[in-house]
Amino acid sequence: MNEVAVVRAGALTTFQDCGRPGFAHLGVPPSGAADPPAFRLANRIVGNAADAAVLEATLIGPALRFARPALVAVTGADAGATIAGHPLERGRAAEVPAGVVLELGGCREGVRAYISVRGGFAVDATLGSRSHDLLTGLGPPPLREGDLLHVGTEPARPPQRAEIVPARGEPTLFVVPGPRDDWFPSEALAALTETTWRVAAASNRIGMRLEGPALARLDRGELLSEGLVTGAIQVTSGGRPIVLGPDHPTTGGYPVIAVVVARDLPLAGQLAPGSSLRFAEYHAAPKPGNV
Amino acid sequence: MTATVRPAGDRAVLVELPDSSAAVRLAQALTGRAEFVDVVPGHRTVLLTWAGERRPQELEALVESALGSGPPPGPVRRIEIPVVYDGPDLDEVAELVGLSPDEVVRRHVAAKYVVAFLGFAPGFAYLLGGDERLEVPRRANPRERVPAGSVAIAGPYSGVYPRDTPGGWRLLGRTSTTLFDPEQSRPALLAPGDRVRFVAL
Repeated sequence: MNEVAVVRAGALTTFQDCGRPGFAHLGVPPSGAADPPAFRLANRIVGNAADAAVLEATLIGPALRFARPALVAVTGADAGATIAGHPLERGRAAEVPAGVVLELGGCREGVRAYISVRGGFAVDATLGSRSHDLLTGLGPPPLREGDLLHVGTEPARPPQRAEIVPARGEPTLFVVPGPRDDWFPSEALAALTETTWRVAAASNRIGMRLEGPALARLDRGELLSEGLVTGAIQVTSGGRPIVLGPDHPTTGGYPVIAVVVARDLPLAGQLAPGSSLRFAEYHAAPKPGNV
Repeated sequence: MTATVRPAGDRAVLVELPDSSAAVRLAQALTGRAEFVDVVPGHRTVLLTWAGERRPQELEALVESALGSGPPPGPVRRIEIPVVYDGPDLDEVAELVGLSPDEVVRRHVAAKYVVAFLGFAPGFAYLLGGDERLEVPRRANPRERVPAGSVAIAGPYSGVYPRDTPGGWRLLGRTSTTLFDPEQSRPALLAPGDRVRFVAL
């Protein structure tokens, strides 16, 4: 079995896969890759099963030394990956020779890069998933310098040709108002979609805190705890919006003014602290057959 | 029964119900249905999520019919949790509600609890049905570390911390009962609708 030594862990590098959907009623967050398309692409390129465990690097990536030759790919943010110092094209499978280091640097065009290895990373699953959950600590812990990682068995499928990674558009996240938009005056929803927000430094996989004007709330007392989804925009009692990420608590008592549509969650997962974004109201296309 | 279906993005709805028992019954009736990924009761709501772009057809009708169905088949689960009532907040709670510490414990043990929902941490169950006299606000300054097994109250709820976490509830005692073990086929001891009693040791 191939061994991978963690030469440098990076700022926050975690194992991720499809996460733990279906356990929210037990208080278990969904977790899983914050940019699911980039995660899936990383596995597809090296011929892995769709749910194989990859590494999600945040802000500054790790350096990994492979004991034996391995086929790897890096997707998501541009982390300036190199193999023995030679640039690795993003979204392209490449062989790392025995004893050689795959090194990622600082992330550009996004904040999370995904590292896949043919065979996947072999690590124990908790509740069916190898994802590290920042909120609860479930799953394998984040990488530390000196860790030895293991690569799983070779899949039958050959490596796939990479698709073109779609260019990230202007960071506008589409939202569906509610479920608690009636806890806010109409000006608050208007402010949500008219403001250019800034991603606060205190943002992570649990939630992305936004800097901008305080959103006014109607005085309706305290909301009883209710279920939350990834992409929900909670508004704190101080009027500060928080966009929930994959490791969000399953229930909470801050009113949710709007929810980012599923299609735009990968984009939310790639917004760096300090970057700006806007929200726009989502209008679903009319369903065929409706009259 | 009246239920309001509110959008929660493009892959979920939040069903609002008159009370917790209605929410528990709806959650029990819809849990395990193939249409949904997660069925998450809250205090007075049930969140229903699905995968893919298509909203489950006849979602309202599904909710309507689940609301009309009776209690779920099978026996009600009854769980006893043994507690040593020596919590650091017991005296303060007694002072806040104007009872002796012994009387606080007596009332906490006498009440019959129902699991309303889980949240906050894996396996953390919000229990309703407690003595109204014991309703106290959360601590103004949450503790950075509440030990696993702490039995606590806040507002209308009682609960047991499954593991060491920060927490703002008032600690009455502790139990050695395991609330959450992801290696078990049933990871959480408590599920919505379960009846719970605390037994003083």
